[in-house]
Amino acid sequence: MSASTQTEPDLVDYDEVLTRYEPLIGLETHVELGTASKMFCGCATTFGAEPNTQTCPVCLGLPGSLPVANEAAIESTVRIGLALGCRIASWSRFARKNYFYPDIPKGFQTTQYDEPLCTAGHLDVEVDGETYRVEIERVHLEEDTGKNLHVGGATGRIHGADHSLIDYNRAGIPLVEIVTRPISCAGAKAPEVARAYVAELRDMVQSLGVSDVKMEQGSLRSDVNVSLAPIGSLEWGTRTETKNVNSLRSVERAVRFEMRRQAAVLDRGGRIVQETRHFHEDTGTTSPGRSKEEATDYRYFPEPDLVPVAPDEEWVAKLAASLPELPAARRARLTEEWGLSPTEMAWLVNAGALGLVADTVAAGASPSDARKWWLGELARRANDAGVELAELAVTPRQVAELAALIGAGTINDQLARQALDGVLAGEGDPAAVVESRGLAVMGESDELGAAVDEAIAGAPDVVAKVQGGKVQALGALVGAVMKTTRGKADAATVRRLLEERLLGS
Amino acid sequence: MSTPSAKHPLSRQEIAHLAHLARLAVTEEELDLFAGQLSVVLDAVARVGEAPTDDVPPTTHAVPMTNVMRPDATRPSLPRDVVLAGAPAAEDGRIRVPRILGEEA
Repeated sequence: MSASTQTEPDLVDYDEVLTRYEPLIGLETHVELGTASKMFCGCATTFGAEPNTQTCPVCLGLPGSLPVANEAAIESTVRIGLALGCRIASWSRFARKNYFYPDIPKGFQTTQYDEPLCTAGHLDVEVDGETYRVEIERVHLEEDTGKNLHVGGATGRIHGADHSLIDYNRAGIPLVEIVTRPISCAGAKAPEVARAYVAELRDMVQSLGVSDVKMEQGSLRSDVNVSLAPIGSLEWGTRTETKNVNSLRSVERAVRFEMRRQAAVLDRGGRIVQETRHFHEDTGTTSPGRSKEEATDYRYFPEPDLVPVAPDEEWVAKLAASLPELPAARRARLTEEWGLSPTEMAWLVNAGALGLVADTVAAGASPSDARKWWLGELARRANDAGVELAELAVTPRQVAELAALIGAGTINDQLARQALDGVLAGEGDPAAVVESRGLAVMGESDELGAAVDEAIAGAPDVVAKVQGGKVQALGALVGAVMKTTRGKADAATVRRLLEERLLGS
Repeated sequence: MSTPSAKHPLSRQEIAHLAHLARLAVTEEELDLFAGQLSVVLDAVARVGEAPTDDVPPTTHAVPMTNVMRPDATRPSLPRDVVLAGAPAAEDGRIRVPRILGEEA
């Protein structure tokens, strides 16, 4: 049922919610690991493969098949746990979570229940210059489900569908679930803290190289828990769980919406139903899914086909020592190296430009040039095109090349923007575009001399002013030359030529 | 949670709930029948709890092994026609199932 077909729920203004209630949020985030093979079998995990071409007796749950754990998945999970400062269990087991649903071919999901691999960690996130510590309850390893395609009815939604088609390629891909403890310290910033947490977690997992963390492809997805308590109350309210929120912006919107909706229910003297809700990207609203009364009894029990995982202390210590530089440490280091203020660094991060700028610097550009291009011209173009910076058809190496061409005096800023047009249009690297489009700065040539003479001849009043002592009027003549040369002249050279001719210096 | 036994037999509602979880269509008569039978089964299993196990560590596996793993290497999957042949219905390379109502997981 789409949100638009329901009666619009009452909402309380966000600021008003905060005058009466305190929010409590929690996040469960699923990260699909980037292993070559599945969690318990050797099937490939290639995204976008033809449906049902990456399955075998193990991931289809055929009789007699036996799972064997993927060691790279175990290692990746422990590394995530270590990066979150978790305690790594010395003894851990898989369990069966039993339920019938078409996307789960075995009739149960192999997951972890009371003996997860990692517990008790934390992740610090920053919002508007303030640090919030998000406590991590647990990190465990499980397997992903297949994908349902609902046929018939409206727009592939489950309601009104005639039947469903299942692709089991995704079933059995290793999935790490990271569960926070309830976050009570965020107050008015709860929506932003939720978003910042998922962003920081995404960047952290990416820095570990264990997942491509593409939210739009579902390789990182969050369930968002929200409850409200009257201010001063000693007890937390009933929570709702909004499932599979698939972008950072949606995480923030889902928290905000649930706070406003729940406040309206509580204001009326109503009760919040503990339930699963679905988020609708188009309207920014949530609608009810399963209620707790219908929720399946999962009848967990230890998985008898898998032996326990007992991470060796020495092995864990080795993994801990080999963790890469994590995003928070990297930000601190680059802030220092590039001589930025914390606010300037926050801009870079919020613009999604930090990695791009760092790569551009690594490719030879100065930090200030790299920042100037990514936060200026390129940010404008991304904004105009309605895409993320990283989606622009230009690489950090190309931006560094552009900056180098300016530095060498081959092109100026204006020509560089034209060269960028060419790069974005797929005409090749900046140097090649400069060549093919003839964008190089004009040297001291007869052509330039003629353009200077033409400017002088065309503006006798300006010439009179300059020769009468108003040297700043020269700017108008420089502008005229730049116009005739279509920006290809070097302004300093033009100025010198004008001065030589008019002032004899 | 205490284990139900013949002294505290399973109720018809519990049987109906279990039947729903197992996607079994159970008749009214069968609810009574299974309530009685399952209670006896539970009673029998409950006797295991009477064994002296204070010095026996809990185990879920007959073999005292840990860390049995495989390297992250791919192996050929089943051909798709073989996979789909095992399903009651298929369409466009996917397994076709009746419509799913109200339980999006």
